[in-house]
Amino acid sequence: MPISFYGEVLIGGVLTGLIYGLMALGLSVIFGVVRVVNFAHGEMAVLGMYAAYVLFVAFGLDPLISVLPVGIGLFALGYLLQRRLISGFVARPEHEQFILLVGVAMIMVNGLLMAFGPDARHVALPYAYDALEIGPMLVDKVRVYAAGAALMAALGLFGFFRFTRTGAAIRACADNLTGAAVIGLDVRRLYALTFGLGSACVGAAGAVMVLIADATPGQAPALTMLAFTIVIVGGLGSMGGALLGGVLIGVSEAMASLFIAPSLKSMVSFGLLILVLLARPQGLLGRNA
Amino acid sequence: MSVNPRAAALGGLLLAFLLAAPAFLDRYLLSVLIVSLYFAYVGQAWNILMGYAGLLSLGHALYVGLGAYTSAYLYAAHGITPLLGLFAGVAAASAMGAIIGALGFRFRIEGVYFALLTIAFAEFVRIGFDHIPATGGSGGYFLPLPPGGSDPWSLRGGPALFYYVILGLTIAALALTRFLVHSRIGYQWRAIREDPEAARALGVDVFRLRMGAVALSAGLTSIGGVFSAFYYNTMLPEQMFGISRSIEMILGPIVGGLGTVFGPILGAFVLTPMGEGLIALADGLGLNVPGLKAVIYGAALIVIVKFRPGGLWPWVARKLGLETPA
Repeated sequence: MPISFYGEVLIGGVLTGLIYGLMALGLSVIFGVVRVVNFAHGEMAVLGMYAAYVLFVAFGLDPLISVLPVGIGLFALGYLLQRRLISGFVARPEHEQFILLVGVAMIMVNGLLMAFGPDARHVALPYAYDALEIGPMLVDKVRVYAAGAALMAALGLFGFFRFTRTGAAIRACADNLTGAAVIGLDVRRLYALTFGLGSACVGAAGAVMVLIADATPGQAPALTMLAFTIVIVGGLGSMGGALLGGVLIGVSEAMASLFIAPSLKSMVSFGLLILVLLARPQGLLGRNA
Repeated sequence: MSVNPRAAALGGLLLAFLLAAPAFLDRYLLSVLIVSLYFAYVGQAWNILMGYAGLLSLGHALYVGLGAYTSAYLYAAHGITPLLGLFAGVAAASAMGAIIGALGFRFRIEGVYFALLTIAFAEFVRIGFDHIPATGGSGGYFLPLPPGGSDPWSLRGGPALFYYVILGLTIAALALTRFLVHSRIGYQWRAIREDPEAARALGVDVFRLRMGAVALSAGLTSIGGVFSAFYYNTMLPEQMFGISRSIEMILGPIVGGLGTVFGPILGAFVLTPMGEGLIALADGLGLNVPGLKAVIYGAALIVIVKFRPGGLWPWVARKLGLETPA
């Protein structure tokens, strides 16, 4: 095999990893602030995939454009979910939060199953098989666009947290909850906003993902696991860590498919997860566990 | 360990019903009871770890799978009866639990992180079993049915045999849990659950007690796996080790009441018949919508955990005028 082939696989892994990263970013933001582990995360990603699929079939919208409406829709869903249901569980033990979100996840994924059936749904784009030439290498055009959109969404979120007052207020809640409440921040509203933003991230990631993979309800738990793996590897609560973790997992899965066997690729991710948990439980970019 | 007379009477009635059940229940209802008892049993095994020692494992399907595959392989390939094979299964599962525990506790991985460690190990082993040719890989492993009927000493037989086996296991697990809870170890576990640092300061050997809890829970769970292998005769890595199996297993004890002796049993006997009832109801209404049952089930979980956060058992025990067990 020519050396450029390995380059193509590497680039493909990085691009896929950026999309994974956006999905994991949502999980990381929610945990970092609300301190609730969103066990319905993969289900939300699949919801985003189906939303983009429906917009494509009904209005011919390119999923790259649907990222915006799907993100807004998932934001509303996440906001309401936190406001109406999860906020009562923030101070409850982990296993109760876990059961609550397992219930939410079951409703989401089986609702999709009822609406769309178990078969894979595919978005057929006119440029689906086009490739970009980078020197001697050929890279899928959709993958580049999808990764670009994911990166932009992630940068948008970084900007929000860095430069807006609301973003700063949310960071204050994450750093010192009591302090934030003492200076008069509306913590309940900020938590709902955060859950909405995290959901928007994963929804947008889902919309982008439909460009490179078919949508099925059954893939949701695997995506939840993937998001966890990435976030732990990168560092729970660290935004840069989520993107880095995504790229790392994307590349290692691509390499494992190439050098070992495609069916063993998740084993590499879980192995990496175990190693990171043992050697550096706060994650690669996490501050402290 | 005083026993409330009302509780003794109710328990006796329930036991009499369960012992006589195969005589008057049809095949289907008996299978619902078998599945309920199975979840009561594995739920109890999980409850020891989470409910008393305070360690959240979301990868308990790992131990079910190890028990199932080990005993099934020994039986199918070497003709070893599962009554002996289960010791190998228990050893494998306890060793696995001890490895995860030792890594987790030595490296101070707690709470959600420990839960994720258990998931990662379960998934790692699941994918591993997809690639083990001796047990059929991802294509599955199937136990041969015995020629011409039953051989109870190899767990081959009809529903009544399996029913009494799982009933015996569930009662034994209940008795063991009740014994442990009232023993020195049980008090030490609960001290660790409430505050590991304080327990350590009082001279409790936190590491050893946690290791004991995880190895015991893993070993007990793997016996459930032996049962499930010989009851269903079919094993697929995804079905045995998958995360959805781990979740399914822990719903009963949480819904029933964590850290209570009867909670896992009550939870299993609420959830399994509820799931079956939903299927029957949908069939009766002529609805053939895949997913509907799980949507209702999910909604029921949310309602239960929202309004009965401590589980159903403490509430039921109060309503029935029974003492709330520790």
